[in-house]
Amino acid sequence: MLRYFIRRALALVPVFFLMTVIVFLLIRMIPGDPVDVMYGAEGLDPARRAALERSLGLDQPLVVQYIKWLGRALTGDLGRSYRAQMPVLDLILQRLPATLYLSLAALLFSVVLAIPLGILSAVKRNSWADLGAIGFAILGISLPQFWSGIMLVLLFAIVLGWLPSIGYVPPQENFGRFLRHIILPAVTLGWSLAGTTTRLTRSSLLEELGKDYVRTARGMGLPEHKVLWEHALRNALIPTVTMIGLQLAFLIGGAVIVETVFAWPGIGLLIVDSIFARDYPVVQGVIMAVAVMVVLVNLLVDFIYTLLDPRIRLE
Amino acid sequence: MGALRRSETGAPTPFYRPMATTQARVIASMEPALRQRRLSERVFFRLLRHRLALVGMILTALIVFTAIFADVIAPYDPLEIRLKDRLQPPSSLHLMGTDHLGRDVFSRVVYGSRISLQVGVVSVALGTIVGLFVGMAAGYLGKSVDTVLMSIMDAIYAFPAILLALALVAAFGQGLVTVMTAIAIVRIPIFARTVRSSILAEKEKEYVEAARCIGQREWLILFRHILPNIMAPIIVVTTTYFAAAIVVEASLSFLGLGVPPPQASWGVMLYDGRKYMEQAPYVVIYPGLAISLAVLGFNLLGDGLRDVLDPRLRNVT
Repeated sequence: MLRYFIRRALALVPVFFLMTVIVFLLIRMIPGDPVDVMYGAEGLDPARRAALERSLGLDQPLVVQYIKWLGRALTGDLGRSYRAQMPVLDLILQRLPATLYLSLAALLFSVVLAIPLGILSAVKRNSWADLGAIGFAILGISLPQFWSGIMLVLLFAIVLGWLPSIGYVPPQENFGRFLRHIILPAVTLGWSLAGTTTRLTRSSLLEELGKDYVRTARGMGLPEHKVLWEHALRNALIPTVTMIGLQLAFLIGGAVIVETVFAWPGIGLLIVDSIFARDYPVVQGVIMAVAVMVVLVNLLVDFIYTLLDPRIRLE
Repeated sequence: MGALRRSETGAPTPFYRPMATTQARVIASMEPALRQRRLSERVFFRLLRHRLALVGMILTALIVFTAIFADVIAPYDPLEIRLKDRLQPPSSLHLMGTDHLGRDVFSRVVYGSRISLQVGVVSVALGTIVGLFVGMAAGYLGKSVDTVLMSIMDAIYAFPAILLALALVAAFGQGLVTVMTAIAIVRIPIFARTVRSSILAEKEKEYVEAARCIGQREWLILFRHILPNIMAPIIVVTTTYFAAAIVVEASLSFLGLGVPPPQASWGVMLYDGRKYMEQAPYVVIYPGLAISLAVLGFNLLGDGLRDVLDPRLRNVT
């Protein structure tokens, strides 16, 4: 088991290496000199420019620049924000809690709603309940988050006035207001995820209910609720649980949009603001940090999956 | 020699089939066209019977029709500014009202379908072609080529799509071409993975061995025989990611980093309209509805195609 996990983790080393190359090159491809971006193109005499280039290491070959950048990144030094005048890592850590709260709330919303809906949909196949659940799932997948977010704001904030339209209150400051502010963004982000989860729960439960062991259990006279809850559902939820774990990338990607709609000060809004401000060390740092998180969580999910289903290890 | 495909009817091709004979060559060369037509007809009729796929087909056809005949359908120039008519509510003159610059929202929604379709077609085509070659090379050549290419694909895939697309737009500057390229790049790993896994399954089959036995060149086996047999998953992935391309373009435009204004992109309309949604909600309702219907159409069509072409993929979301 441990050997399997170590082998999987080692296989990620080249992926991590390539990810750093991509992020490094991406920012280097930006038209214009980084010195111009930082200090403005005009009014810089050649001697001062050369000195700045030397101090930033830009006079060295690209490979050397990359190795130095990688070395710093591995020790947690992701550079310094031009705009905020503070280390990028500190900026990310400052904004990360807001994104994590939002992602977890969205995940909670989607799981609490989607799994029962998926079960109901499979058990009452071809009924109105099934049709309703499928409709909910398809809408969740098809409605773009920025639009469903805007529509929820229109309805619940502007027309009904029940919830605040934008903004964020840290939970340690006022938990009640934090909850009121997180509902709309979490529902917006969670609905898309709930759509995928409902569909997957429904299809995997239907698949399990059609299997021989379920027929045997029914044949032995086991009550239907026992067949469902003690046998079919346990197996049907394995792919669902895995998929939920793998949706982290989706949640963080979606957070970029949802945070912009609701002015939620997480890392999604940070990257959008940084692109507009041409604050490239932040753009680079956030992308790298998010990608590393996604890969590590995927590895963890993979590990949990193998614990749940030992057949995977044998393949 | 035509595609030596496994029987579409499900009957396995006997391995002892004397394919090197002239007669077999003639039959085999005729088969693809005939079978392809029968297959496409079968798929079409099965899609008609699939209720949700039918809705998807109708919505997709509606969007394509609107994009082609935008000049005829739109009553106004989508870029024409008339400040005296700004933020007019829907009426018989302006079916969906006017925006903050007095531009007709209906005409802009109609023309917006062109941008969405253009982005979808170009980015999906680009992503499919590159992904196809990467996946074919990795799956067929295997070994170190497979390891290197798939590691690169895994590295690209590790980035959330919208984030990578944002970074690419930040690096190369705003514009339609950048947006289409960015969407294609973020989608390449998905196409490459689909193609690779399909090729890995196909290349061990008897018809590939048979083609090799009669002395066919490797690249010919790959393109002429294996490729037609892996079209089903490719078509399904292409349709589904058409919808994703539309969403990514609209998302980038909504963030102000996609198609530059004043072009009538649905995302741009939402970006512009958001500031006025309290006084004129219709400026955000209709463009969003258009995006949703387009995405819904392509998603339903993709799901239908998946059910019809490859039921094994039904659980893949």
